[in-house]
Amino acid sequence: MDWVADFWIPLIKAVVVVLVLLLGGAYMTWGERKICARFQVRYGPNRAGPFGILQPLADAVKAIFKEEIVPNHVDKIIYVMAPGISFAAVLITFAVIPFGPEVDLFGQRVGLWVGDIEVGLLFLLAIAALGSYGIVLGGWSSNNKYSLLGALRAAAQMISYELILGISLLAVVLLAGSLNLREIVDFQGTWPLLVLQPLGFLIFLIAILAESNRSPFDLPETENELVSGFMTEYGGIKFALYFIAEYTAMVVNSAIVVTIFLGGWKWPALISDLHPLAGVGLFLAKVLFVLFLYVWIRASIPRVRFDKFMRFSWKFMLPLAFVNLLATAAVVAFL
Amino acid sequence: MPADYLPILFFAVVAVVLSAIAVLMPALFGPKRPTSVKLAPYESGKLPIGPARRRFSIQYYLYAVLFILFDVEIVFLFPWAVVFRDLAPRWLGLAEAAVFVLILLLGLAYVWKKGGLEWE
Repeated sequence: MDWVADFWIPLIKAVVVVLVLLLGGAYMTWGERKICARFQVRYGPNRAGPFGILQPLADAVKAIFKEEIVPNHVDKIIYVMAPGISFAAVLITFAVIPFGPEVDLFGQRVGLWVGDIEVGLLFLLAIAALGSYGIVLGGWSSNNKYSLLGALRAAAQMISYELILGISLLAVVLLAGSLNLREIVDFQGTWPLLVLQPLGFLIFLIAILAESNRSPFDLPETENELVSGFMTEYGGIKFALYFIAEYTAMVVNSAIVVTIFLGGWKWPALISDLHPLAGVGLFLAKVLFVLFLYVWIRASIPRVRFDKFMRFSWKFMLPLAFVNLLATAAVVAFL
Repeated sequence: MPADYLPILFFAVVAVVLSAIAVLMPALFGPKRPTSVKLAPYESGKLPIGPARRRFSIQYYLYAVLFILFDVEIVFLFPWAVVFRDLAPRWLGLAEAAVFVLILLLGLAYVWKKGGLEWE
């Protein structure tokens, strides 16, 4: 066994990527508050450090030193575990996403991805689905009426949109002919899949917004009717963990959108021969753009009603996704 | 290759350890002054009425059953999608998948007609 290549490099990559994701999630909370504030002609956080840049740090310290309340009426073990499940699932989702080409670092050939497996896309879907356990278990174990309703909504919404997510990805797999995310990125060397799959991209975007409980589809945690839904009974660091899991999920989902539809770290063939590390920068820029889109949508669109949202899923999005899949297959078959 | 999964295992371990630390850490810090009101379930500031686990809409269950149906369908379609470009006459592969999809969409149409997708 080659210890450097098979043990140390993967371990260092894992630690670095997890820390970057953690930082990304933390700073996304800052970014969203800042951008949302600008949309509403406010300043947003601006007290902790220049431009409020230390705000996530202040929030983290506050959450850690809060009194830890585990109410009497909850299922203690599941109640404590649930936020951890949520957060871990979000992090692990990123394990198969390539964020750059192979580069020479410190005399070693290093691929800028954590795991390179043949069934990357299935892994992605599987682990992303685990995230809903964190929410459903948290809501159920809280033993609170609001939490139960929030958890039920989360379950119904996430499974409905998981179908649509899967079907819109089928069209991508069909075009790229592989489940390996690195090969899907390579397939987009000339054109990003957005060009070939504009409808699929829209379907995927809506489904992933719904999947991560983001506004306008944040129905499991509606503040005004369910008092934060599945999080009602959570406080201190456990609440913070749910919170940061949601924002890390935004970062990870943006990375997924970029990898599958926007060409990952590649640039359209017009400009070739990018420096490998410029590819990483490009990937980052695209992710930031999609993250901005997230905040933009939140600032612009009011929340939808739950029954309408479910009807929209089953009566419109599901047939539409199938039509997109069969149309793509027909084009591939006859052209 | 099982070895391909090793980095992912490392990653998963790091992620799980980090989450566990985050969940268990506040037991060390922070004050502990529990009171009976603090530990009561939250219900808009009133005393809770009745148990929290009440009956809920059957509709959630219906969606769950429908989900399993379609999710299994998607699992079957993934291998098809991967090899689609290599199929000998592609139109035959398309026709077979179309029949498969249409049978399930027929089921969806039936549920739709029966009012199973309506939220009461």
